[in-house]
Amino acid sequence: MPIDILMPALSPTMEEGKLAKWLKKEGDQVKAGDIIAEIETDKATMEVEAVDEGVLAKILVPDGSENVAVNTPIGIIAAEGEDVSAAAAADPAKINPAAPAPAAEAPRQEAAAPTAPAEAPAAGKPASVPAQAKAYDASSEFPAGAEIVSMTVREALRDAMAEEMRRDQDVFVMGEEVAEYQGAYKVTQGLLQEFGPKRVIDTPITEHGFAGIGVGAALSGLKPIVEFMTFNFAMQAIDQIINSAAKTLYMSGGQMGCPIVFRGPNGAAARVAAQHSHDYAAWYSNVPGLKVVVPYSASDAKGLLKSAIRDPNPVIFLENEIMYGKSFDVPKGDDFLVPIGKAKVVRPGADVTIVSFGIGMTHALGAAEALAQEGTDAEVIDLRTIRPMDIETVIASVQKTHRCVAVEEGFPQSGVTAEIGMRIMEAAFDYLDAPVARVTGKDVPMPYAANLEKLALPHIGEVVAAAKAVCYR
Amino acid sequence: MAVAARKSKAPAPSKAAAKPAKARSAKEGAGQAAPAPSNVTPFTKDEDLHAYREMLLIRRFEEKAGQMYGMGLIGGFCHLYIGQEAVVIGMQMAAKEGDQVITGYRDHGHMLACGMESRGVMAELTGRRGGYSRGKGGSMHMFSREKNFFGGHGIVGAQVSLGTGLGFANWYRGDNTVSMTYFGDGAANQGQVYESFNMAELWKLPVVFVIENNRYAMGTAVNRASAQTDFSRRGVSFNIPGEQVDGMDVRAVREAGQRAIAHARSGKGPYILEMQTYRYRGHSMSDPAKYRSKDEVQRMREEHDPIEQVRARLIREFKVAEDELKAIDAKVREIVNDAAEFATHDPEPDASELYTDILLEPAQG
Repeated sequence: MPIDILMPALSPTMEEGKLAKWLKKEGDQVKAGDIIAEIETDKATMEVEAVDEGVLAKILVPDGSENVAVNTPIGIIAAEGEDVSAAAAADPAKINPAAPAPAAEAPRQEAAAPTAPAEAPAAGKPASVPAQAKAYDASSEFPAGAEIVSMTVREALRDAMAEEMRRDQDVFVMGEEVAEYQGAYKVTQGLLQEFGPKRVIDTPITEHGFAGIGVGAALSGLKPIVEFMTFNFAMQAIDQIINSAAKTLYMSGGQMGCPIVFRGPNGAAARVAAQHSHDYAAWYSNVPGLKVVVPYSASDAKGLLKSAIRDPNPVIFLENEIMYGKSFDVPKGDDFLVPIGKAKVVRPGADVTIVSFGIGMTHALGAAEALAQEGTDAEVIDLRTIRPMDIETVIASVQKTHRCVAVEEGFPQSGVTAEIGMRIMEAAFDYLDAPVARVTGKDVPMPYAANLEKLALPHIGEVVAAAKAVCYR
Repeated sequence: MAVAARKSKAPAPSKAAAKPAKARSAKEGAGQAAPAPSNVTPFTKDEDLHAYREMLLIRRFEEKAGQMYGMGLIGGFCHLYIGQEAVVIGMQMAAKEGDQVITGYRDHGHMLACGMESRGVMAELTGRRGGYSRGKGGSMHMFSREKNFFGGHGIVGAQVSLGTGLGFANWYRGDNTVSMTYFGDGAANQGQVYESFNMAELWKLPVVFVIENNRYAMGTAVNRASAQTDFSRRGVSFNIPGEQVDGMDVRAVREAGQRAIAHARSGKGPYILEMQTYRYRGHSMSDPAKYRSKDEVQRMREEHDPIEQVRARLIREFKVAEDELKAIDAKVREIVNDAAEFATHDPEPDASELYTDILLEPAQG
């Protein structure tokens, strides 16, 4: 059967082109790979190679023809053993081109009337929150009867890793100074002694490389905990975190899970200036395929890190250096887990909702206390996980208080609090008695000078003022 | 265009291919070549027939992909492996079951060499539900856990750290498998490559770094982008041994591959193979390849084609009849046509697939 040569598309966007020149004449023998014509696109002149063997029976579109649409038959090849003149006389419209279907079957047409896509599970759709939202009840997270001990966030994180490493041989820790030095911030203290150098691995100072190695190991089925000395340095590695860890499951059609935890201190510490003070919660929160956890208390640090290590997905676990030394009640026992994706009502109240996460909770809780002195009863919610965000617990609170202040140490533009405000507006606009307010880090690189640094960060007074403003007091 | 192309100054082609394989141990110091084998170990008839069929499958598959791109059935970027077939086939002949393969975006040949189905690969190229990634990855992002193929990566050089991580996992488990990590002469200039070299050698990870030097990083000739164009020496400062290999000769590739893999498998750490190869087509479908002369391409095709070399040997040395080779060719075309047919008519993914495969569900408890 004669074979049509079709006008090829030569770039992702080409729709038509000029048939500049035929390099074969009618009657010429054509082999696969032979260059048969030159085509000019808007960008370049490209060569067309023959895919089939035979004789060029007829040229349908002559040299110099402009605006030849992609997929137009431009010539006919008589296959081996075929009658060339009969092939030349064939009606190109009736010829089945070599193998692929005609353009009518091209995917673009099929896609013209797509069925409604399934509802977005995470994105901020109003429909995803029921009319009467229900707050997550965190009161049963502490196992009944468990002994409660006081523990620092640092110890809680260390215990979480040690327990999970005892439980699963595939879990290991890698990062700068995690082993012999016992952790730059002593979070991995004692792990080398218990688990040895194969599972507690000091890396060179090469974030991009060791993050990629961690992701590769995770794709292979291991469960790495990659510690960044601070998340500021993870910017060197962010390509591997986002392009490799977060996207590979989707791009592999669900084949390649990436069970990895990236953890380390995030945000401002004290007097370390702009390059060591960045809060990345909003950055990672923007990326589908990641989970983003930012604990405040020691119990949440422990329970959430254990959940993160067991989670089959890449989890960004953002700690804070200032919080490492703070003590909280933590239940004893290896089975204590806190679910990822659930917020916690830390302080119930009736007049205004204050929502925050991580170290921002210190400002939120401090403000609630100050407000209580003045007779305003604030409800304080710790988001704990930024992605997926438990907006329902926030909405349930707003449906009760009708007012909300969102607090974070990160920058204001496109920040986590911006997202909270938008989600409340989408789901509970009619419940609001005042616009949602936010208190954030200032829109400046973190200054070094003590007074300026203090000004750049949110403080309790700002949260109190915002709460009063939304209460019109 | 043709005139301009002929005027362009192209580096002399196939300098590499004409040279015998050169083995170099980093510890011997730069420039000191180890005794090079004067002749590569010949293939048996069966090995040559195997290599012929496998390389031909890649060639025909890629030609078909190019054609389907031209018809608008394949969208976006599409990077063809035509000309480089001997590299991945020779390496696979040296590898054993369980060894992993990871590469960049010019990945169709690697997938076929790993035993992935033509239908699944082609259907991914056309973005259909029967594709390896169910249509969500496309040409540059395909995987098969079953066949130990770990992608298919679109960020130049990223696969080098990932492949080193696969080697890390092999080392961690002590399972005696090797990660074959492929990248091009362009990726070889990325920083994370050297971070990975350092850790691979520091921890003695079983990784073979296969640098496919096809002489052009997109449109930039090697000597315009690389201060050190001998890529086998790129591991010298980390004490990683390296060799330059005639990547157009599948026998030379297999032999060097066996040496490198044995080194890595025995616990001695990584090994670098610079495969001196050539891509006949442009970088991607929309590349007119003006940065090199037609003569250069023509000469490589005529004098060093990896498939023709095997074909000539089969006829000359093993007295294989033309008809037998034609039968192989017909069989390969049949597979490729079937794949194209499947990839053309297989439905697109269901709209509900938009929101699947973003996160895995955690196990309970």
